[in-house]
Amino acid sequence: MTTFTVPIDNGDSVRIAEEESQRTLYPYVTGTSIVAIKYKDGVLMASDMGGSYGSTLRYKNIERVKAIGKHSLLGASGEISDFQEILRYLDELTLNDNMWDDGNSLGPKEIHNYLTRVMYNRRNKFNPLWNTLVLGGVKNGKSYLGMVSMIGVSFEDDHVATGFGNHLARPILRDEWHADLSFEDGVKLLEKCMRVLLYRDRSAINKLQIAKITEEGVTVSQPYSLKTFWEFSSFHNPTAGAEGSW
Amino acid sequence: MFRNQYDTDVTTWSPTGRLFQVEYAMEAVKQGSAAIGLRSRSHVVLACVNKAQSELSSHQRKIFKVDDHIGVAIAGLTADGRVLSRYMRSESINHSFTYESPLPVGRLVVHLADKAQVCTQRSWKRPYGVGLLVGGLDESGAHLYYNCPSGNYFEYQAFAIGSRSQAAKTYLERRFESFQESSREDLIKDAIMAIRETLQGETLKSSLCTVSVLGVDEAFHLLDQESIQKVIDTFEKVPEEEEDAGEGDAEPEAATGAAGTGEQGGSGDQDVAPMEI
Repeated sequence: MTTFTVPIDNGDSVRIAEEESQRTLYPYVTGTSIVAIKYKDGVLMASDMGGSYGSTLRYKNIERVKAIGKHSLLGASGEISDFQEILRYLDELTLNDNMWDDGNSLGPKEIHNYLTRVMYNRRNKFNPLWNTLVLGGVKNGKSYLGMVSMIGVSFEDDHVATGFGNHLARPILRDEWHADLSFEDGVKLLEKCMRVLLYRDRSAINKLQIAKITEEGVTVSQPYSLKTFWEFSSFHNPTAGAEGSW
Repeated sequence: MFRNQYDTDVTTWSPTGRLFQVEYAMEAVKQGSAAIGLRSRSHVVLACVNKAQSELSSHQRKIFKVDDHIGVAIAGLTADGRVLSRYMRSESINHSFTYESPLPVGRLVVHLADKAQVCTQRSWKRPYGVGLLVGGLDESGAHLYYNCPSGNYFEYQAFAIGSRSQAAKTYLERRFESFQESSREDLIKDAIMAIRETLQGETLKSSLCTVSVLGVDEAFHLLDQESIQKVIDTFEKVPEEEEDAGEGDAEPEAATGAAGTGEQGGSGDQDVAPMEI
């Protein structure tokens, strides 16, 4: 914790103002998991639309997956305001890239590495951007999917998940993902993961979007809900085996 | 060149709208030993003449690797060229570090040109006295650019700079239309033959020239003396007459560098500022 003093002369006496340097200590409004997979034509990315304020599910219309440039999709879990800041950085980056107007453009690999540099540098200054980012894209026919955490850990894979998704979605993806999934199978797989997260992650809400990126471009679906089933017999009388408990 | 009263510093215009200091800097390029560049769809070859100061010394390095996919050949003040090569290497590696992706050569060339322009607009600086032939690969294929001290840059299919480069340019002008589809070997052979033109009768030996190649599947590297000598041996069986040395050199000016459609002639006019070529 660095503090520095600034002397202020107000005519009669000199007061010293203390300014604590601003840095991230903990997140406030957070998004939960992102799950993403490579499929036949590109990459699919799913997220719900919730923004939690601690334990309150306060915001229910937050888009946590955004298109970046012509070739990439960025999804974020963690602090929403930091995600918005990152979107601003990337906006500037892609704007300058477009202004060159020279036939070259930043692809998903370049953006992933740029973000890795940003996240790692912030971490080194003890002022992290409190997000785990998922970067997917397609350029020149090649699909790309990678992840960067708030401490700058960065890697590529065929399927990724953040937050609770690490624990609940990854095992499903490891078992059931295979190369060249069709679009329908890819969506079914993602929905399976999202359903488990909906049942088990308390910060998940039943309003999700699935985004798709292919060589042609980005499409983000309209928000929709998953069908859930609550009629399991043990839900009917949950304390059957232990009277008095809940 | 003539003495002019408007040539004392680079920030003084002449009444005819010229910056003489910049033009004098471009003269320095013409005094350096020749450098030649050619490109095809997939490869770029840079070659230069190595003339040592004396028999006792070695020759100066005039071709530099900037990155696996970019190389540069210089003519003029070699010291300025070395410094600019270091700048180019730095830009290239910084881009690679941040984006894990090679810097597009077209963007590097613009950075270089902007750097040169700064020196034409500060009274406490002087223009760089070196011309650079930058060859490289990016998403849109192989490119060859020429950066001059004025801060201008042009794209070429083939070009030559430095002393007696006109002879090489004449040779290249006859052949450039075939370069786009040339094989790597033919491109190298054409480069060495163009070098031969600048030697004006001296026997061509591999010790007199440096040749470098880069391509879609080939990182930038210099060719070794043996390979160069082998190519020379295929055509230098009988020393040939220099039939193109006498060709005129006052050609009509084209507008500023067309992208990849050919080369410019016309060095040596006195009425139009060279920087406008």
